[in-house]
Formats: sequence, structure tokens, C-alpha cells
Amino acid sequence: MPSPTDTTQRSATISVLVDNESGVLARVIGLFSGRGYNIDSLTVAPVDAEGRLSRINVVTTGTDMVIEQIKAQLDRLVPVHRVSDLSLEGPHVAREMALVKVVGVGEKRVEALRIADTFRARVVDTTVESFVFELTGASDKLDAFIELMRELGLAEVSRTGIAALARGKRTI
Amino acid sequence: MTAELTQTGAEILLRALKDQGVEVIFGYPGGAVLPIYDALFNQNAIRHVLVRQEGGAVHAAEGYARSTGKVGVVLVTSGPGATNAVTGLCDALMDSIPVICLTGQVPTHLIGNDAFQEADTTGITRPATKHNYLVKRSEDLARVVHEAFYVARSGRPGPVVIDLPKDILINKAPYEEAATQHRSYRPRTEPDPVEISRAVALLKSAKRPMIYAGGGVINSGPAAAAALTKFARMTGFPITNTLMGLGCYPASDPQFLGMLGMHGTYEANLAMHGCDVLLNVGARFDDRVTGRLNAFSQGSRKIHVDIDSSSINKNVPVEVPIVADAGKALEALLTEWTANRAPVDSQAQGAWWRQIDQWRAKDSLKFVQDMKPGSIIKPQYAIQRLYEITKAMGKEIFITTEVGQHQMWAAQYFKFELPNRWMTSGGLGTMGYGLPAAMGVQVAHPDALVIDIAGEASILMNIQEMGTLSQYRLPVKAFILNNQYMGMVRQWQELLHGGRYSESYSAALPDFVKLADAFHAKGLRAETVDQLDDVIHAMLACPTAVIADIAVDPKENCFPMIPSGAAHNEMILGPEHEASDAAVSDQGLALV
Repeated sequence: MPSPTDTTQRSATISVLVDNESGVLARVIGLFSGRGYNIDSLTVAPVDAEGRLSRINVVTTGTDMVIEQIKAQLDRLVPVHRVSDLSLEGPHVAREMALVKVVGVGEKRVEALRIADTFRARVVDTTVESFVFELTGASDKLDAFIELMRELGLAEVSRTGIAALARGKRTI
Repeated sequence: MTAELTQTGAEILLRALKDQGVEVIFGYPGGAVLPIYDALFNQNAIRHVLVRQEGGAVHAAEGYARSTGKVGVVLVTSGPGATNAVTGLCDALMDSIPVICLTGQVPTHLIGNDAFQEADTTGITRPATKHNYLVKRSEDLARVVHEAFYVARSGRPGPVVIDLPKDILINKAPYEEAATQHRSYRPRTEPDPVEISRAVALLKSAKRPMIYAGGGVINSGPAAAAALTKFARMTGFPITNTLMGLGCYPASDPQFLGMLGMHGTYEANLAMHGCDVLLNVGARFDDRVTGRLNAFSQGSRKIHVDIDSSSINKNVPVEVPIVADAGKALEALLTEWTANRAPVDSQAQGAWWRQIDQWRAKDSLKFVQDMKPGSIIKPQYAIQRLYEITKAMGKEIFITTEVGQHQMWAAQYFKFELPNRWMTSGGLGTMGYGLPAAMGVQVAHPDALVIDIAGEASILMNIQEMGTLSQYRLPVKAFILNNQYMGMVRQWQELLHGGRYSESYSAALPDFVKLADAFHAKGLRAETVDQLDDVIHAMLACPTAVIADIAVDPKENCFPMIPSGAAHNEMILGPEHEASDAAVSDQGLALV
């Protein structure tokens, strides 16, 4: 039984399997905004061959009581098939992709390329004074890379938000 | 199949409604729904009741649904027709009432074009409904209607909107029967036997047990109310009802402690505060019930039966959660109670009852009515007399209310023995609910006595429905406790805002007798206590709709009262009792 006096916040990665129909994402987002929950990251895409089901991955923060509420509220939405709290139900992998544009010349440009190599980032676009790096990994790895690029001409960032799956053979 | 293809979308819609058992629709026509009205014109299976404003249609459907257990159906046009329905949809969502609202929409090729009478109805109603649909192909129409009825009535019931673009209603398509199973929405109704045995073990160990039952018992159906009554009698436990639950346990029963919460009885609230095992069936620990959360029933171990798992552990953490239909859970509790041989602590429970009887002896609903002819009528007395006189008639009675003081007095002084007889806006607190709701009840029960216990301010919010009552000869009785104030606002201003009665006095009220007359109904007025009984008798004897304008004491407050931000044991009793010094904290002042 979660305690209302426990104010410890935790991060939860929740995967939701929904009907791939118009309005379903608005329903999920509306639930979060209407009830005052946080969305730290959100991804959504169809995941089955016929394109009838979509998977929404949402990272949120709250007390145990709030996260229990979020899951129960998601679960009672009509087009929702399954709700899974990956952070509670055993180990999981969560990955995110970022495109990072760095503009510069000379030594800074060389240094940016060197660091990108260390992070195993790929160069997906280049001009004589810019790079676009593609980097995939855990969100904190992306954070670290972007932080390092700040001094080296960071111009623009685009991130996907996380995609997540349970480890092992378990599915949603 | 070719014969099937001759049906237009509007015809498919009506056929699907008929297959879902719909007998009556409350609606208002407009451009976008003309194809449906054309199809209605050509059939006799479904009756249409023409309301005077779309908001009235939704409340009427709510009244119909709550008094019958069936799904209420509304039909409105696009744009303003749909937006006028939104308050009623929110009301039905908060009180878990099954309603289908069919809204017209501009043709599909004009959607998003800011066309005449276009509104983003599914966008606007998304947080106001349990679910909503925009039908984009006539071929989907029958399936969507069947699915919508299933969603509206299953699990925790609620309102569902079906938005119908005009071309979808005109195009032809084949009909589709209802599917057997929904793809994703299959709410759990059977209780977990492990939790049931845990619950009974806990209940058997109770020294100071308490049952707290709400609208979920009524939504489950009359069998659930019967099972609850049987369970309470078998265990001998005291029981209280929420505002929404009134009627799910007979009010005349000695185990019944009355309603609990902000204006609940002294004994019900103190028993909630002092119990050691609390069984909540079909209620949701709403803020009007719990008072200050961190002081709510702190010494009790709690069992919570709710069909909606999101209601469990939302406000109050519980030890035994039972996600199930209230009726099924109560049946399982009854069986397990008999099977579990553990003894109960009758001695402790005897002492608990003696304590409750002491609280009860305080008679927290006591009021003093001066019976001298010419004396002003106390609102409590007016309801008490209405109850006593109607009870003596032995007729089937349904009561609706508006929102405010009169609503609380009706809940306190009108006694309900059966479920589905009491219709009030609990969660949303919608002024203007009572008259159209009564209209819907009367449509469902043409021979019953249907009374809207009203306030003069609330009833004006949907007074136009008097026209509907006249048109369909619906003999609804509007019993107005007229204190010339928005009474509950006035009461809070007196108690919490230093008696600064900002904008709560209604100057220039209409003459309700003439108003009734203008709507072809009967108008009656009682100004003093000696006129009250005659007016009630005249109202009940009248074969048409009646507005009975009862002038009551404008200064009367509704007690007992748990001030906002206070705990159950900090309630204020009325002036008939010793002075209490419960003060409202700044935090409490910020609450509604």
C-alpha cells in the first residue's frame, strides 16, 4: 500500500500499447496535463505489421502513489490494451537517439570530431564548417555528449525521446 | 447484401439504437443532424423528446438513466448544440452515469475549415467523457454505436460522445450487428477471492466496524443494494451512505447512520472517525466525504471495493483493494462471511454501538419550527413535511435536486428505502440539474410521482424545460425552497467571509406562480407555516406540472457542517446545539 506521506520522487518508464487511431495520443497527453502529471519524455509509433497497434513510451516522475495513479488512469482509457511499468517490472533497456549540429572551424571542429568518435557518434551530414552527429544510447550518455559540444560550437539538438523494452524474453 | 446497402447512415444509426434497446431520445434539431430527424420522422420505435436547450437534454438523459439503470440517449446538433451539452457530459462523467450523446458534425470534407456551426467536438469533449468517437465512414457507424453503448454501460459507467459528420448520415452502407467482445476495453468485474478472504478476516476481527457505501452499489443494480442490506444485517455493522449512495440501504433501518461527509450526520462522521475497520463499497473517498485527508479515519484498517482501479489508493491508501463490481463483491463477501468460522468480538461491537447511540442521541439534524400561524417556514420542515405527506400516499416517488443548501437538506430529511429513487448532481455540483433530470425520470416512469426539490437560484438555470414538461404533459413537481439567496454561497460568506454577502442575493426574482402559468403549468405559493401542508397537498393532487414556491427562512444555514480543511471530529452543529468553536484555517479557506 503506497503511503501518501512518502514524498520520495522516482522516475518511471511506462510503456502503453494502444489502438493506432486518431486522438489516442491526445487522450494520453490530456490525461497527464489534466491531472497535473509530468512528462519527461514521450515517444509513439505503430509497432505491429498491420499498423493497428502503437506503442507509447513515457518517462514520468512522481511519488509511488502518483505513479500508481498514472498507471491506473492510463489503463482505464478505452483504446489502451496494456500498461507496463518497465522500471518496476524487472530490468529493461531504454535508448534514445539525438541529432546534434555543431558549427565551427579549426581546432574546435577537430576536437568535436574526436569526442564524437569516443562516443561512437556517426557523422550524418557535414559541410566545411558544420557537422550533424547521430548518437544513440541511454539518455544520460546523450546529455553528456551534448554538454561537451556546448563549448565546441553546439548549434542545435533534436532528440527522439526514449524507446524502451524489458530485458529477456518478457514482452508487454 | 444489396438490400442492406439501401440504408442511409441515419437509418443505420436508428436501427443500431433500437437494437441497443433505446426507447427514447432527448434532443434538439439543427442543420447537421437533419438526416437523423428525417429518419426519426419515418419510424415509431424510438420516441423523441424535444428539450428547450441541449444542456437540459443531457440532464434529462441522466435522470432517465439513473432511475432505470439503462443508458440515456441525447441527440444534438453540431457546434453550439455540442458545446451546450458539455456541462451535462462532465456531470455524467463525475457521477458515473451511462449516457450516449450523438452530436452532429459538419460534413467530413469541411472538418477543420471553420465551417458554419463547426466545433472540434471530440477535442472539446475528450476530458468530459469516458470515451468519444468521430465516425469517418458510414460503414463504421453501426459498429461504433454498439461499441459506444458497451463502453458507456460497462465497468465504471459514463458518458460517450459519437460525433456524426453529415455526409456519414446520408451515405449508404451495410448494417453490422454488435460484436461479442471489445478489442481492448474489458473491465474486471469479478473480485479476487484472495482479497475477499483477507477482507472477511479483517472484518471478523473488527471491534469498531463501519460500512461506507456509495453510488457504485446503485450503479451495479438493485441486486447489489439487496446484497448490501443482507450483508449489513448479517454482520450487524453500522452503515453510512454517500450523497450518491442514498437509497442503496434503507434509511429507516436502525443500522443506518444517515449520510456522511460535509453535511452528514454527527453519528456517521464520528463513526467514520472512530472505527477500526472500514469497508468502503462503491465510493471514492471524495473530498466532501473525507474532510482533511491527514485526519481522516486514521485509526482504521481499510477495505475498498471499486470497479475502477484508479479510485483505489487515489486519496486514501487502503490495505485490502478489491477491484470488482459492487454486487459481485458483496455476494462474495456474504459467502465468505458464512464460510469463515472465526468468532466476532460481540462485546466490543456492543460497546461500539452504545457509543454510536450516544452520538445519535445528539440528534444533529434537530431544528425548531415555530408552528404559530404566520410563522416563517424552516426549509428543513418543508422537506420533512413533503417526505411525510408523500410517504403516506404510498406512491412510487422519485426525487431530484438542484445544487446547494436545499440539496443537502433534501439528502438529510428525505428518507430513501430503495435505490434509483434519488437523482442529484454529486461530483460536478451542477446547478440547473434537477428540473431536466426530473423530466427524464418522468419520461421513464409516467405514473410515478417525480419531485424536483429545488432552490430558486438553481432552477432558473434550466427553467426553460418547463416548456418541455408542458409539451409532453409530464407532471413533474418543482418544490422550490425560496430563500432569495444562493443559500450555500450565503452560508459560506457568513461562516468564512465575515458576512460579506457579495453577489449572493437575487434581487428581482420572477413571480414563480405567474412563471408556471406562462408555461401552462400550475403555480402555488406558501408564505407561512400554516399554508405549507395545503400547498403540498394541492401540488400532489394536480395532474399537471407544478411549481410550488415555498418561501423559507432566508437566514437558515445547513448543519451539521465540516468546515473545509477540518476533520470529521471538528464538525459544527447547528444553533440548536451548544456553541462549537471550530475555526477555519487559512488552508481551509483556500479549499472549495
